[in-house]
Amino acid sequence: MSARTRELFALIPVALLVTAGFTAVLITNSDQLGNLSVLYGGYFLALCVATHIVIRIRLPDADPFLFPLVALLAAFGMVMLFRLDEGLARDQANWFVLGLILFSATIIFLRDYEALERYRYVIALAGIVLLIMPRFLGHATNDAFLAVDLGPITFQPTELAKICIVVFLASYLNERREVLVVGARSMAGIVLPPLKHLGPLLVVWGAAMLLLVFIRDLGSSVMFFGAFLALIYVATARISFVIIGLGMFVLGAWFFAQTAPHIEQRFDIWLDPFHDPGGSGYQLAQSLFAQADGGLFGRGLGDSLVQLPGCQGDFPDRCAILPAPHTDFVYAVIVDELGLFGGAAVVLIYALIAERGFKTAIVAEDGFSKLLATGLTAIFALQAFVIIGGVTRVIPLTGVTLPFISYGGSSIVANFILLALLLMVSDKARRRVRIENEVVR
Amino acid sequence: MNRQIVKLFGFILVLYALLFGFTSYWSIFDSDSLEANSANRRPLLEEQQIKRGTIFADDGSVIAVSRPQGKGDNQIYVRHYPEGPLYGNPIGYSFVERGRVGFELAHNDELVGNKTEFLSILDELQGHQQEGDNVTSSLDPAAQRAAVDGLAGRRGAVVAMVPSTGEIKAMVSIPEYDPNAVRNSKAFQRLNTDDSAPLFNRATQGGYPPGSTMKVVAATAALDSGEFTPNSVLSGSSPIEIEGVPLSNSGGEQFGEIPMTTALTNSVNTYWAQVGEKLGTDTMFKYMDRFGFNQKPQLDYPGFQLTASGVYQGGRLLDGSDRIDIGRVAIGQERLRVTPLQMAEVAAAVANEGELIEPRLWSKVVDPDGRETKLDPARQSRVMSEETAAQLNDMMQSVVQEGTGTAAAVSGIDVAGKTGTAEVSGGTNQAWFIGFAPADDPQLAIAATVERTSGFGGPTAGPIFKAVAEAILNQGNGG
Repeated sequence: MSARTRELFALIPVALLVTAGFTAVLITNSDQLGNLSVLYGGYFLALCVATHIVIRIRLPDADPFLFPLVALLAAFGMVMLFRLDEGLARDQANWFVLGLILFSATIIFLRDYEALERYRYVIALAGIVLLIMPRFLGHATNDAFLAVDLGPITFQPTELAKICIVVFLASYLNERREVLVVGARSMAGIVLPPLKHLGPLLVVWGAAMLLLVFIRDLGSSVMFFGAFLALIYVATARISFVIIGLGMFVLGAWFFAQTAPHIEQRFDIWLDPFHDPGGSGYQLAQSLFAQADGGLFGRGLGDSLVQLPGCQGDFPDRCAILPAPHTDFVYAVIVDELGLFGGAAVVLIYALIAERGFKTAIVAEDGFSKLLATGLTAIFALQAFVIIGGVTRVIPLTGVTLPFISYGGSSIVANFILLALLLMVSDKARRRVRIENEVVR
Repeated sequence: MNRQIVKLFGFILVLYALLFGFTSYWSIFDSDSLEANSANRRPLLEEQQIKRGTIFADDGSVIAVSRPQGKGDNQIYVRHYPEGPLYGNPIGYSFVERGRVGFELAHNDELVGNKTEFLSILDELQGHQQEGDNVTSSLDPAAQRAAVDGLAGRRGAVVAMVPSTGEIKAMVSIPEYDPNAVRNSKAFQRLNTDDSAPLFNRATQGGYPPGSTMKVVAATAALDSGEFTPNSVLSGSSPIEIEGVPLSNSGGEQFGEIPMTTALTNSVNTYWAQVGEKLGTDTMFKYMDRFGFNQKPQLDYPGFQLTASGVYQGGRLLDGSDRIDIGRVAIGQERLRVTPLQMAEVAAAVANEGELIEPRLWSKVVDPDGRETKLDPARQSRVMSEETAAQLNDMMQSVVQEGTGTAAAVSGIDVAGKTGTAEVSGGTNQAWFIGFAPADDPQLAIAATVERTSGFGGPTAGPIFKAVAEAILNQGNGG
């Protein structure tokens, strides 16, 4: 069976999930939802098949499971959004169209992703511009600058910036990894990279600190720096570099936590969300209550309490018992309605995507491809960890989106471009493997 | 680099395992304590969306009803009590802002329609929304009004029950409160800090000295144990020494060698104190226990709103092994504290030929599909033999015919009863009347008590008995 046929078969569970999910929501909320809304489900499935055809034509050897796994997450997200608010699901379906158009465009127009290496400094600059843009063009949400207003829509540039940064780091580290390792000296038992190559790495550290202070976005900062450390580790095989980097990050974060009350408060809430459950700890406390409400199997789709009864307002921006049920806290709503099983399924899908991503990196031949696949996979996997970890109180809560599930255009578009790059790496690597096998035979 | 990639994947898996671990902790292992967390309003908010069942009075009039507010997904129900304070204390209230008490709390499961898991799944499949059952209370509006009027603003309580079924027809505690007002937090604060304690249900929670009404319990023990008959003769002279302390009759009145009937009719303290001493603590406690003393009443009511009757020492309930002046217990003194509900049960046990039926405030539950469940009276205990009950019935009739209880007499109907006047600090009295009517076919047993009055039991509490008895019995005659 060819990789593409496997992919098509793997889309069957996605179809089942979307159909079952929409049906379940319709049965519970039949008084408010029209039968027409099921069309969003069908619309979504048609998009999946169209995308499959693009992949079949352009990337015939790419990993057969990555796209169906992503579609599965997206289906989860669609069903949850449909359950929260019909309008959200409609918007999200439109974002999927745009995301898949850019996905296809990336695959069709960027014929060879290795060309990206040549533009790495331009890409790095673009990444940094994207990162600091909200400070100048945007507005603060929860004291952090996350979005840029573009007419009727808001755009979160960090989502795109993460791809730029990963491309740059993969290219840069691929070129310098030899010197970083060979030139390393041991000081007091700690292996240090040579000073002249340390500069660009300090720049990355500085960028992460900048994010923290300037944009006040702890979540993205952790995500970026985590991906950076992951790439350093894979490129140099030196765990000491990771420890030094981690130490520097914690030191910096600690220093800024002293000056920025916003970050310090996040830590206090994390340590004791019930200190002020009606005030600063409200979000996290409500998130835990929602999960407790779910139990093992959950309340059932459409059966949990998401909207404050008797409250008149524009749900979900207002009147939500758990704030931001469609973005930051969508995982808590999933656990509430589908229980521990639902939550575990989501985490498992992310783990499987990470597995396919790292597998792609292993199969890839050259250093850049390996590091690119590793970086893209790592930043994707870390993003899911940062937000789910925040919602479940594993780490302090920071506002990043849950990839492919949370409501939001920037996140979907950016993650589809990320997926396109990953599939391109995979296609090239697996084609080589296939041809080698055929030659051997 | 491949080894590092595999290790990195391993690290990501460890992170994800943490996510799974924490999710299981919140959703399974810590969920009970999270659900009980006072900041968690989910359970209350969900209940607010359920149409809570209506509470009806015995005659079908509405005591409590939930009215919708808002529309669609936003619709909530708010409780309304059309009769205001009339049923305030027995029924209580149910508001999201305030929680719930009384009958509303005791019957919460029926009122919100909580069913077994299987039945609720069936309902869900049929697309039914959860809806509460309607509950009919045994409370009778005419009897409630008669009791309120009878107390006429004086602090006290009245409990009226049907001896053969345990159904409570009237339960009034004065001062009363309007449950509609409780929703307002300032009004609630005022009620809560009011010195007259309007939120305190005196009928079930008030521990009062019973005075001579306790002689009915002593008489039951005396007759039923076989140690005395209605004709047993003892001295009624005053004062006599009981436990080394002189005890007098009311007003120092002297009686000669008198039989028990005379001693009950005229409420002769010295006679009954001797009876108590002769019976001893064990026998007295045995009969008190049979009447339901020393435990919380078996009423369908929240435990924290029920007080056990018995001998108290600084908040602790004493038992037969403690040092107790049993002679004074027999005449309702000592450290004895009883609730009006308990004394209504004493009268009801005598009225029901010696058998005590568990008291009940509900009589019928009807679910949204019209299925009815009716009260099946539950026997609590056989307190005394039918013969003892018949003898006591005769003796108690003479109390009303020619003794201290004439103020309770109802024209055309034989009434059996017993008065009580307990002196409390400050030279005021706790006035009591307990009894039942008609004596030959008891339909009703009533306990009425008035706090801190200058009057005596018969003239003060007797007319309240009469008013409530007439309200219910005349209703029966009229149709």
